[in-house]
Amino acid sequence: MKEKAVLEMKNIHKSFPGVRALQGVDFTLCEGEIHALMGENGAGKSTLIKVLTGVYGKDEGEIFLKGKDKAVAIHSPQDAQRLGISTVYQEITLCPNLSVAENMFIGRTSGVCQNWKKMNTDADRILQSLDIPAKAAQQLASCSIAVQQMIAIARAVDMDCKVLILDEPTSSLDEQEVEKLFRLMRDLRARGVGIIFVTHFLDQVYEVCDKITVLRDGKLVGEYEIKDLPRVKLVSKMLGKELDDMSDIKGESKPYDKDDQSAPVFEAKGLVSNAGIKPFNFYIKKGEVNGFTGLLGSGRSECVRAIFGADRVLGGTVKMDGKEIKIGKPLDAMKNGIAYLPEDRKVDGIVGDLSVRENIILALQVLKGFLKPFTKAEANKFAEDYIKLLGIKTASADTPIKSLSGGNQQKAILARWLLTDPKYLILDEPTRGIDIGTKIDIQKLVLKLASEGMSVTFISSETDEMLRTCSRLVVMRDRKVVGELSGEELSQSMIMSTIAGGDK
Amino acid sequence: MKSIETNKSNVSGFFSRLVRRQIFIPIAALLLLAVFNLVTDPSFYKITFGYNSAGNPVLSGYLMTILDSGSELAILAIGMTLVTAATGGQDISVGAAIAISGSVILRVLCGTNSRPETLQAPIIVAFLVACIVAMLFGAFNGVLVAYFRIQPMVATLILFTAGRPIAAWINNNELPIINEPSFGYFGGFIPGIPVPTPFFIAVACMIIIALVLRFTNLGLYTQAVGINESSSRLNGLNPAFIKFLTFVILGLCVAVAGLIKVSRFSTINYSVIAKDIEMDAILAVALGGNALSGGKFNMAASILGAYVIQFLTTTLYKFNVQSDALPAYKAIVVIVLVVLSAPIVREWLSGVWKKIRPEGHGKEVA
Amino acid sequence: MASSNKTSKTGGGLGGKMKNITDTNLLLTITIVVFFAMYIGAMVFQGKGFLKPQTFFNILNAQAALIITACGMSLVMITGSIDISVGGVVALVSMCCAVYLDFHNGNVFMAVLISLLIGLAFGVVQGFLVAYLDIQPFIVSLAGMFFARGMTTIVNTNPFNVQNEAFVALKETRVIVPGFGSVNKLGKYVNAYVEIGVIIAILVVILLFFVLRWTKLGRGFYAVGGNSQSALMLGINVKKTKFLAHLICGLLAGVGGFVYFMHVGSGSASHASGMEMNAIASSIIGGTMLTGGVGNIIGTFFGVLSLSTIQNIVSSAGLDDAWWTGITIAAMLCLFLVIQSVVMARKKRALSTKAE
Repeated sequence: MKEKAVLEMKNIHKSFPGVRALQGVDFTLCEGEIHALMGENGAGKSTLIKVLTGVYGKDEGEIFLKGKDKAVAIHSPQDAQRLGISTVYQEITLCPNLSVAENMFIGRTSGVCQNWKKMNTDADRILQSLDIPAKAAQQLASCSIAVQQMIAIARAVDMDCKVLILDEPTSSLDEQEVEKLFRLMRDLRARGVGIIFVTHFLDQVYEVCDKITVLRDGKLVGEYEIKDLPRVKLVSKMLGKELDDMSDIKGESKPYDKDDQSAPVFEAKGLVSNAGIKPFNFYIKKGEVNGFTGLLGSGRSECVRAIFGADRVLGGTVKMDGKEIKIGKPLDAMKNGIAYLPEDRKVDGIVGDLSVRENIILALQVLKGFLKPFTKAEANKFAEDYIKLLGIKTASADTPIKSLSGGNQQKAILARWLLTDPKYLILDEPTRGIDIGTKIDIQKLVLKLASEGMSVTFISSETDEMLRTCSRLVVMRDRKVVGELSGEELSQSMIMSTIAGGDK
Repeated sequence: MKSIETNKSNVSGFFSRLVRRQIFIPIAALLLLAVFNLVTDPSFYKITFGYNSAGNPVLSGYLMTILDSGSELAILAIGMTLVTAATGGQDISVGAAIAISGSVILRVLCGTNSRPETLQAPIIVAFLVACIVAMLFGAFNGVLVAYFRIQPMVATLILFTAGRPIAAWINNNELPIINEPSFGYFGGFIPGIPVPTPFFIAVACMIIIALVLRFTNLGLYTQAVGINESSSRLNGLNPAFIKFLTFVILGLCVAVAGLIKVSRFSTINYSVIAKDIEMDAILAVALGGNALSGGKFNMAASILGAYVIQFLTTTLYKFNVQSDALPAYKAIVVIVLVVLSAPIVREWLSGVWKKIRPEGHGKEVA
Repeated sequence: MASSNKTSKTGGGLGGKMKNITDTNLLLTITIVVFFAMYIGAMVFQGKGFLKPQTFFNILNAQAALIITACGMSLVMITGSIDISVGGVVALVSMCCAVYLDFHNGNVFMAVLISLLIGLAFGVVQGFLVAYLDIQPFIVSLAGMFFARGMTTIVNTNPFNVQNEAFVALKETRVIVPGFGSVNKLGKYVNAYVEIGVIIAILVVILLFFVLRWTKLGRGFYAVGGNSQSALMLGINVKKTKFLAHLICGLLAGVGGFVYFMHVGSGSASHASGMEMNAIASSIIGGTMLTGGVGNIIGTFFGVLSLSTIQNIVSSAGLDDAWWTGITIAAMLCLFLVIQSVVMARKKRALSTKAE
């Protein structure tokens, strides 16, 4: 073992039926460093983490920890915890029915009895020291998602761990919260904790990390010092090829024409839903790509959900092609040619156990009606066409969609909506949590669809992605529309200042 | 994606594919029972031709008994499969609901007199009324589950508790008896046809559900709702209504089963009629390899599962097991089957199988 | 941090108060209020029967076994599981004890041991199948119920009363409750009493309440029921926790079986029929959610009392027909389920509009 290493994983192999998830991966983590683990979806990051934390058993390989002479055996999350390996997962892995304090201490203190008083005092102290806005005695379910995430981190931090794994912890945090998290990470680094940081946000990697390990297709690509690996190189390492597609796409979006007098395809006035957004006005023209931008929780998703009737609409008027229509439920919107790709793929998008084919035809089938099912041949044709068109990587159209990688699932959902031939397509975070290759595919597709006359609303957390695709941005803050940017105004700094508001 | 199973021999590949097929479970169970009976007493399969007390030609034998008495179960399994798929829960009130619909049929047929000389209404009218009532009770369960979001097992616990009392109340707690022989056709034999009528009714129901699944989207919708409700809603489905609908369909199945049940005896015993049938129906769904937590389903496997359960019951009766003690033996068989079909056990078994295979090859080479 | 600051600022009013009540406490409060309202209502409108303390203690005497089994049921329901074999186990235990005491002239102590062993056996087997083989608890305990009921008939077909002297003495033992006596028709002061079973039941309630509130294991049950995946990640041994829940439930069904046997003093295959449903109903009325993670033993205790009180009200109201009991229990269950559903939905809505 190297001198400063707290963790060494050597020659790790792991297979699942049909897939070699990890093939001879080595990984070394040193004391007091923040180490990014990068790779596309399906590269094996999550598998490596789960092997390390004992969720999966490994097929081959050895794990060494500082202070242990022999390779350690990790068979369960408890083993990992005992050995000083703590994890904060992408999905919140706390119990919503317990109190905040319990969630911080359960499963890690010895003894038979629960000392509530001590636990609550300790929890309050930790929450305060980390500046987390929650009370120890509060039920976890009553905290916002971001706060729940921070509580999970607080738990891991308090566990006096030598190795802290953060598996995409930032995906549900807004910028200030991310900043707070980073402060915490630097603080821990100073105390000598080794941190493994998994994220899809390149900016964040370059902001806090010291080293990067890149995985691709279950194999180790290499370990690099952050200063030796500029962004472009990192991306090419992850993709396995030199790539200029990123710059390719720039400027392809059609500039917004202010003088265009044509009637909008879709128009909403004073639309308001029960999800707590302020009434807003919105329109989109034929062949236009526009977007909602704002911080997480600013109400951008809620706006498009209101348009699609996914939340209960409380008021406002909606026009399609100049004609007033009523959208009370998703089916109404679908019938009027609106399609909506939801933000949360797992919860709102895929129907996991159904095949790729059934997932693709679902929306069109619902539109066609209960009594008119597609024949097997028709369904197959639709599915095969779109699998080819979008390059969905699947064993067959019969494969359950849940066994596809995130990016391919997203493509299948996209195929579902394209199949309905919508006039107006809403994409809510279509690129979240998927690999860069697919991200670019989707951006290109959006522009292509628009050039063919489809109107598209595009929402993304990554501003540069929005800038590349949208010709007009609706900016939101605190559940209100606060501005609209187009043409010259479309720049990072302008968006930032509009989001921040006022003179800030 | 690379397959790591390519090197495996075709035989074991076929075997593992077969084991993964859903319908394998009920078929394996059926074969096991069939072989067991063949070994212990081949006469189990003897079918004799004779005449019953009314002078009608009838086929009799254990196999006929299975086809006959398994009918209600098979019909219920249809509805139960749909409910299970859409809601991820089960309706435990079907036995009680059969009591209600049977009671309604008798009430309509008898009118105010509990021992009428002639029928007070055509049988078809009585049956239709029973259908409506059973569907209403199905709708009651459906509303609780779909709109009040109560877990199905708990919601149907209400009707499970209240159903038999309601059945008794419908007939003022009297025991009506029908003397009209044609009423007995549904649960017995139609003169001239030696195969029991319930079997035909069950087959008719199977054909209907097959047609429904083929020519409507019931299957796709129920599965989609059962797997991911939120996603289904965003695809334009109305999950609550689909859940509700499955309960109403189950209500219809209950009415048909109720007709057969009361027709068998031309009377009703409120606390005994269709007793424990809910358990058998749920077991049929489970034996069919359908996840009781909802989602994907295989209707054929469920129906086959129902006949397997009946096969088991009949086999046990043949060994002179007391009817009250029957559940104990059934339970053991059920546990064995469920344990064998549990994913963890199956994984372990296929692991063992894999280990055995290469060893065999190794020896041959050596 | 804009979003969270807003939350704390607007956290006044009713919504804010509801937010700070945990699910468990909210449902518990409803249950207790309803029970007292019902009992006081019965005292006012039905009069003398309910005014006598002994009526209340008789409810306890009759329902001691149900209280014990319902406690076990709540426990497995809190972990998100279910055990519908308890009624069968109670019947099997009473039959085995009856046969042992009368036909084999056994002693009472051994009978108690037999009860515990039977309960334990059911708990261990079912717990193993549910927790370690990951089979649906409903199916496992359904088979368990079938098995127990069938075995009861196999052990002995005909019902009979136990004559064993030591047992009869135990059965007749009455524990005087001081201060609650009443004057009977002959003008004589009669002490209120409870049977031994009630003492056991109350001990079980207190013990389980303690376990659920103040032990790591108890909080583990809640965690597993709340989100078993998370519980695993939080370092709880989910399988062991589920196993223990089933084990304890089985054991309590054994205890409940003996208490039931002490109350009725006979063995019969039809004993405790539908007890599993009553136990589930009591737990639900007591605020335990079948989805797991929410529930309270005190609530279950009041759930049993509510259930039997309404049965008493029905029978003393002259609707002595056995069928009516079923209908009233069902109506009550329906009412509570709808209340739970509506309250939880409103609470959830109050939260979701406040979040972020």
